[in-house]
Amino acid sequence: MTSAPGALMDPPLVEMRNISVSFGGIKAVDDVSIDLYPGEVVGLLGHNGAGKTTLIKVLSGAYQRDAGQIFINGEEAHIANPRDARGYNIETIYQTLALADNLDAASNLFLGRELVTSFGLVDDSAMEAETRKIMARLNPNFEKFANPVSALSGGQRQSVAIARAVYFNARILIMDEPTAALGPHETQMVAELISQLKSEGIGIFLISHDIHDVMQLCDRASVMKNGHLVGSVRIEHVSDDDLLSMIILGKPPAGPARS
Amino acid sequence: MSDSISHPIPAQSRKNIFRTLELDTRLLGMIGAFIILALAFNMVTDGRFLTPRNIFNLTIQTVSVAIMATGMVFVIVTRNIDLSVGSLLATCSAVMAMVQTWILPDLLGLGLNNPLTAPITIVAGLATGTLIGAFQGWLVGYMLIPSFIVTLGGLLVWRNVAWYLTNGQTIGPLDRNFLVFGGTNGTFGATLSWGIGVIAVGLALYGLWAARRGKLAHGFQVKPLWAEVVMAAITTGAILGFVGILNAYDIPVRRLARLFKARGEVMPDGFTSAYGLPVSVLVLILVAIAMTIVAKRSRFGRYIFATGGNPDAAELAGINTRFLTVKVFALMGALAALSAVVASARLTNHTNDIGTLDELRVIAAAVIGGTALSGGFGTIHGAILGALIMQSLQSGMAMVGVDAPLQNIVVGAVLVLAVLIDIIYRRKTGARL
Repeated sequence: MTSAPGALMDPPLVEMRNISVSFGGIKAVDDVSIDLYPGEVVGLLGHNGAGKTTLIKVLSGAYQRDAGQIFINGEEAHIANPRDARGYNIETIYQTLALADNLDAASNLFLGRELVTSFGLVDDSAMEAETRKIMARLNPNFEKFANPVSALSGGQRQSVAIARAVYFNARILIMDEPTAALGPHETQMVAELISQLKSEGIGIFLISHDIHDVMQLCDRASVMKNGHLVGSVRIEHVSDDDLLSMIILGKPPAGPARS
Repeated sequence: MSDSISHPIPAQSRKNIFRTLELDTRLLGMIGAFIILALAFNMVTDGRFLTPRNIFNLTIQTVSVAIMATGMVFVIVTRNIDLSVGSLLATCSAVMAMVQTWILPDLLGLGLNNPLTAPITIVAGLATGTLIGAFQGWLVGYMLIPSFIVTLGGLLVWRNVAWYLTNGQTIGPLDRNFLVFGGTNGTFGATLSWGIGVIAVGLALYGLWAARRGKLAHGFQVKPLWAEVVMAAITTGAILGFVGILNAYDIPVRRLARLFKARGEVMPDGFTSAYGLPVSVLVLILVAIAMTIVAKRSRFGRYIFATGGNPDAAELAGINTRFLTVKVFALMGALAALSAVVASARLTNHTNDIGTLDELRVIAAAVIGGTALSGGFGTIHGAILGALIMQSLQSGMAMVGVDAPLQNIVVGAVLVLAVLIDIIYRRKTGARL
């Protein structure tokens, strides 16, 4: 059991209230409300097309909501584009990783937030030095600093994307399928990173297909189906099968599991 | 590009030297191809191709296309194309011709050859090019019309705006001070050229040293000192050699006599004077340096390449890719205007067909120079070298006496071949596109 949730006095770190998003008449997200407390990991579960990624892209500024409100620390937040989201210390690790393949690791890590010299020019040496520092922490085997990221393996690319989210002091971290492309060793690395960030008080939304990941890493889980929220449950109150039936049948579990 | 493919074994051992020197093998391939081309033409023309005179002419003929090619690199890197640059050049040239021969001297009463005429004209031309470029960029970036369509329309529109403005007439003679940008009418002479060469060497050496110091400051690996010295020696030799060649071309005696006569003096017997570095070539060099800094060291340049590599990632990283498109096309427009200054000054007139087919030469130069049409890859120096190769091919064949249709057939075939070699090269070196 972690410290935060349930906390009656503090407002949640993030509260997304009655969010709806449609694409050409199809409601990808329909009146969904979720929240996240500091130091908490909330899993977002559901089939492909359930609306998880769409919902979360509203928070990261990539999509515009048609209805609903977002509150950060209890105050309404206005997020119209990814720059706004970064302004609220919301960092996102996308499933596609969102890396510019033709640039090197340092350029990707600092993309949009370059370190500059006193002449206002991009300071590549300083950025590479910072990249080396954070990589030494996240992935000590990482060596290809001079190559474009297209030359990196899946795991190495993932660590660049994670480094980008971690480096800029995220308060709210969104991870979309962070372990989908990774081997067992790297998956373990991500799991350790999540618990470390959690202990630093960062709130994490974890989008995943993998129920075991969610059972192991998350404090709560919100399940979506066909754009609707099926329900939010505390992980210690449910079993794998409960979660599965929520995902497949779209029915919230009975009794104490409700949060 | 050809030698590293056809002789794999020596290339292997040489590769290590290149790696130590941190040289781009692709660039070396292009320089090699250029040298082979130049030597071949020199042989066929009995040594007339590589004379100071021809090299001088070649450089001033290349400037206009090369300036625009640097901008086209950015356009193509962001996965766009600009087919309108030749027509845009014509519109800018028409506007500038009217400003300097009619609006300023007659309407505003500045008179002929007023010292203010040339600067005001150039500002007006640059503003015209920038505005038109920005407008086309807005259509591409915000209205989401494909750049191919916007600039194909622009190709027709601006060519005929120029025609409409001037009623299709040739306008000239242009302002005397404006002609300085044309090449033969504006050169620095031997002494000043050497001075500029020495300054350039100083800046280049400082650049090498500063880069090394920057890397050492962060404890990164640097190349061995001997490699730095070799690079410095090559750079120095290339700059001073280039200035030396340009200085070796004397102004023809009759032309000198005319110049003296125009000033009301008599030319002393045996007087000679060298052309030296043309102003237009210095303009190109400054544009090249500025554009290289923008490409490699500015945020704007970084965003251009990021957008070309992965537009979605750039957007998600908070880059305003729409406004970026406007800026890239505006820059292209400004460079087309600058080329219009050089091209019309070189012709000493504005003519109705100025810049015709330049869009194709400019795109070809950028592509031969290694700019990938799929976006994300391209260099400024490559595009300039591409422009030089195209111009050498064209003027070399003209010197040899190849028929005009055959010249164009060869140039077209070379463009396709260059891209094919590039694709093979990238596949062999494992570079992904």
